[in-house]
Amino acid sequence: MIFLSLVVFIPLGAVVVRSGEGGVAAFWQAVRTPDAWASLQLTIGAAAIVALINLVMGTLIAWVLVRDDFPGKSIVDALIDLPFALPTIVAGLVLLALYGPKSPIGLDIAYSRTAVVVALLFVTLPFVVRTVQPVLLELDREMEEAAASLGAGPWVTFRRIILPNLVPAMLSGTGLAFARAIAEFGSTVLISGNLPFKTQVSAVYIFGQIETDNETAAAAVATVLLVVALVVVIGLDLVQRWAARRA
Amino acid sequence: MPKQILRWTALLYLLFLLVLPVGLIAWRTFGDGLAPFLESLSSPEALHAFQITFVVALWAVAVNTVFGVGMAVLLARHRFPGKRLLNAAIDLPLAVSPVVVGLALILVYGRFAPVGGWLESVGLQVIFSTPGMVIATVFVSLPLVVRAVEPVLNELGTEQEQAAHTLGAGPWQAFLRITVPGIRAALAYGVVLCLARALGEYGAIAVVSGRLVGQTQTLTLFVEERFQNFREGDAFAAATALALIAVITLLVTKLLRPRDTGEESR
Repeated sequence: MIFLSLVVFIPLGAVVVRSGEGGVAAFWQAVRTPDAWASLQLTIGAAAIVALINLVMGTLIAWVLVRDDFPGKSIVDALIDLPFALPTIVAGLVLLALYGPKSPIGLDIAYSRTAVVVALLFVTLPFVVRTVQPVLLELDREMEEAAASLGAGPWVTFRRIILPNLVPAMLSGTGLAFARAIAEFGSTVLISGNLPFKTQVSAVYIFGQIETDNETAAAAVATVLLVVALVVVIGLDLVQRWAARRA
Repeated sequence: MPKQILRWTALLYLLFLLVLPVGLIAWRTFGDGLAPFLESLSSPEALHAFQITFVVALWAVAVNTVFGVGMAVLLARHRFPGKRLLNAAIDLPLAVSPVVVGLALILVYGRFAPVGGWLESVGLQVIFSTPGMVIATVFVSLPLVVRAVEPVLNELGTEQEQAAHTLGAGPWQAFLRITVPGIRAALAYGVVLCLARALGEYGAIAVVSGRLVGQTQTLTLFVEERFQNFREGDAFAAATALALIAVITLLVTKLLRPRDTGEESR
């Protein structure tokens, strides 16, 4: 407990205390500073887009990995975890090499908002895949066969039989991806170019404020991120309980 | 055929998001053979970055192993008030931005903070030096060992430990002889994950270390600094080295991953 307090609770508490030092008005003012506010909007907007794309593509990839069969599938399956193992700064560099100014395929999206989204997609790839995949594996195929034998087409079977079983896993994977996307720093720092008002995400904004010794402003934005993270964590807990009750 | 469409959508998505970028960096690094790669990595700064990275990572892994096992035992074997809170708190570091972690540590252990100032007066500099980097790394990799070991402890149950007690073993002896062998595979899995995370940490380290070249610069910071200074060859070489570590980790975890948690203890 003491260990956790020293490493986790006291430092995080210090951030919240520091952000509230000047009262609520000062906190709000620091958050509403134009560049801070723009970075928060970008962070949450980009994270939402990334979460949605992950919801669709992650489920699709999990589906292909479980229900489809093709040579090299186990390699693809192993590759999914690579973004977790790869240091984030390397992820950023790697993406910049392909989609940057020296792109060999002529696709330069560096220093744009698209680049931020692509970087976040890279680091959040495994979440939905890895939460949906085990559920899909466990799923009883007899129900689907029964539905098909009763005349349901593949789409109806998917929507009525498979999807309801997958929804809790899809939601928690998406929530995790969203939380991670909001917090991400390393992969976006190189590829975004950190242009205030355009591509600067909140984590990078906080970093800039720390570097210029403006710790109070950094703490205010950090507190907002902490609150959002907390809301997501609580939301995930609720989804799990809801799923457990339904099962 | 819809099955084909699904398959190719998934594969193309992975190709452009994952395979091509990572492949390209390897090709860029090894395009001119192995010599420039080794040369980039044997500069004094690079070697120093390797050394710092490993020192910090080993300390962090050691701390997280001891406390990770301790907390897993606490969560799996004991009931106490606030257990649910502790359980939730352990996952917190995964949701907190690394930069926020760095900021939090500066606010407590920085030179101008009460705790940091006191530590400084007794001669222990935390921020902008190794201890701070170790704490930051411990923070971000905190849940990995706990979450790897805890389910196995739950699965193992307490029967064997109780049997050891009735046969006269003390708590410490029972732990070493019965519990540790039982969780060995899961512990190794957690430690490897933790090591990989520690070697690759960037955000929290970037804030806490002060990024002093040749002093507190880790490999990930080296990658960033070299890239910003238009030394792309060095940056790519170090990035490839880190990527290789990541791939090795991936392979090791694939081998170690407990297939079903009720594995044999001996």
